[in-house]
Amino acid sequence: MMEIGLAHYLTVAAILFSIGIFGIFMNRKNVIVILMSVELILLSVNINFVAFSSYLNDMGGQIFTMFILTVAAGEAAIGLAILVIYYRNRGSIAVEDIHLMKG
Amino acid sequence: MYQIIVFAPFLAAIIAGLFGRQLGDRGAQIITCGALVISAILSWVALFQIGFGGTVEHVTIMTWVSSGDLNFNWGFKIDTLTAVMLVVVNTVSCLVHIYSIGYMSHDPHKARFMAYLSLFTFAMLMLVTADNFVQMFFGWEGVGLASYLLIGFWYKKPSACAAAIKAFLVNRVGDFGFALGIFAIYMVTGSVEFDVVFAKIPELQGQTIHFLWMDLDLITTICILLFIGAMGKSAQLGLHTWLPDAMEGPTPVSALIHAATMVTAGVFMVARTSPIFEYSPDALAFVTFIGASTAIFAATIGTTQNDIKRVIAYSTCSQLGYMFFALGISAYGAAIFHLFTHAFFKALLFLGSGSVIHAMSNEQDMRKMGGLRKKIPWTFAMMVIGTLALTGFPFLAGYYSKDMIIEAAFASDSSMAGYAFFMGVFAALLTSFYSWRLIFMTFFGESRSPKSVQDHVHESGNWMMAPLYVLALGALLAGFIFKDYFIGQNYEDFWGSALFLKDAANNVMEAAHYVPGWVIASPFIVMVLGFLIAVYAYIIRPDMPARFAGTFRYLYALSYNKWYIDEIYDYLLVNPAKKLGVFLWKKGDENIIDRFGPDGAAASVMSLARKFRGLQSGYIYHYAFAMLMGIAAFVTWFVFISGGGAS
Repeated sequence: MMEIGLAHYLTVAAILFSIGIFGIFMNRKNVIVILMSVELILLSVNINFVAFSSYLNDMGGQIFTMFILTVAAGEAAIGLAILVIYYRNRGSIAVEDIHLMKG
Repeated sequence: MYQIIVFAPFLAAIIAGLFGRQLGDRGAQIITCGALVISAILSWVALFQIGFGGTVEHVTIMTWVSSGDLNFNWGFKIDTLTAVMLVVVNTVSCLVHIYSIGYMSHDPHKARFMAYLSLFTFAMLMLVTADNFVQMFFGWEGVGLASYLLIGFWYKKPSACAAAIKAFLVNRVGDFGFALGIFAIYMVTGSVEFDVVFAKIPELQGQTIHFLWMDLDLITTICILLFIGAMGKSAQLGLHTWLPDAMEGPTPVSALIHAATMVTAGVFMVARTSPIFEYSPDALAFVTFIGASTAIFAATIGTTQNDIKRVIAYSTCSQLGYMFFALGISAYGAAIFHLFTHAFFKALLFLGSGSVIHAMSNEQDMRKMGGLRKKIPWTFAMMVIGTLALTGFPFLAGYYSKDMIIEAAFASDSSMAGYAFFMGVFAALLTSFYSWRLIFMTFFGESRSPKSVQDHVHESGNWMMAPLYVLALGALLAGFIFKDYFIGQNYEDFWGSALFLKDAANNVMEAAHYVPGWVIASPFIVMVLGFLIAVYAYIIRPDMPARFAGTFRYLYALSYNKWYIDEIYDYLLVNPAKKLGVFLWKKGDENIIDRFGPDGAAASVMSLARKFRGLQSGYIYHYAFAMLMGIAAFVTWFVFISGGGAS
């Protein structure tokens, strides 16, 4: 049976990170998907933190992960709240429709 | 005392001009009139102290310019010449201020009008009291400004605005000459103060100045340049075109600025600089020629004009011509004397015509007047006094001054004197004719005005009539009282050093007392002749002028159209200047400067911006993509190219 080492964790994190990034700019439908992609990117970073923490025997990484999860929860709440307000004002949260900054 | 004379009108102008709204019309009128009455009274005191006391006062107020070799002050030089001008300016100005209360009673901008009048008076006083050329130039420009403001006082009338601009521009031509003259004086004497300059002039005789390929006589050049300034301000032949148009302004302005005071500034200037002019017989001959030509030229035009104010305006122009040829033949006393008396009777005529215009509901065309003698008898009487004084009726003001000029012209041995004498006599004939023509057309015969105007004809109020009485007194008595001092036996005591004669023993006004009898009689004879022609043409045979005009059609058209001077100027100067302006505007400015300058820069920025605008899609994922690509590029560069990370 194969030993699951640091490289595997890092690979998973990198895959998650890439999915998150592709999710941001391949997505054409919904802003919520963008929020989810951002979460995904954050989580991949967390996996990196935990993996290195275990590998280096340093608890700092895991503590940081806790902080990041807390901040991510707050950020998700604020992001969703903005979306709700935005929907009330504009009646749509389709990514296609959000281009007020168009020059 | 002299500070009060000069600065009281200035203070009044500031107060009435800036706080006119708070003071109200009556307050502004009281302040300006009060200041002018004080100035006028003090001016008479000054005349008695300086003129009859035989002193010269120098007052220094403050340093103006002190820069290297160029030093001069704000200062007054009060000699007899200045004192006479102070009296003329302040007396007429004071009366015109009072007259304006009545004349402008229906105008909504009384405070502004009074402020401008006072400002003018201040500038004129600065001009006449100056002790250096630069201060004189300051006053010179100041009166030009005030004249511009007052001609264009009714700024809603396009013709008034055009006349104001014309007056300003034509005066610029003259001022340019004056400024060049001052530069030349400073260049050769190193000073602009009268006393210093005049002391150095005799040393400069015969020197020449090199200009382009010519060697010009230095003093003659300076004199001609100064005289060009005088020509502009005093409306002499060539630069006279602004004066008749200036009649667009309110009548009190015409009386004060364009008859009695400002237009005489040129005469004053030449008299003041007599120590320079005396050393250039050529320049004096030129002055004589221009003066005599203007006298006859303006008189011929005056005979055919129909606007009551224009007739008097051309008469002013003609009388100024008299003053100049008197200066040209070195009869300075006679010139200033004529200036002095002319101020009274011409202001009287103008204010009288203002009274007529007021009575006729602002009608100025004499063809629509007539028969006013019985309806406004007092105005009629005043106008007749003014006319008698102007035409030189014995013992009135003009009789002494104008006849003196004509006699001096005969007695002078200047090269142009003969020309001046005959032109002067002929102009006197025309003067008499057009003056009486004005009286007959306005006051005699049947009324030619519409019924609605006729019913409204009324004598002017006391505010307007009182100044007329005072001026009439001046027109009756000024010549008789002052003749001994200005031109008679007390000449030398009175003038002192104010007027300079190179050859004092050979005073032309001395000689003028010994001319043959027919010369003395000639002005009187032509005056009567002019009167008789006017009586015949406008009372006995009213159909004659029309037939005469029909017979001599071209002559009449020449005079009626003012010798086509305005048309010639339009053709020679105005239209080419306009074309040049349009060319520079359309081709130079719009096609070259604008196209490659501001407009070009703006257009290239616009087109560049239009291209960059495409980058801003507004979609978040585009920005995110750009960010990621950027980061990826940075990291790539950092890791592989600069090779930083590893070590």
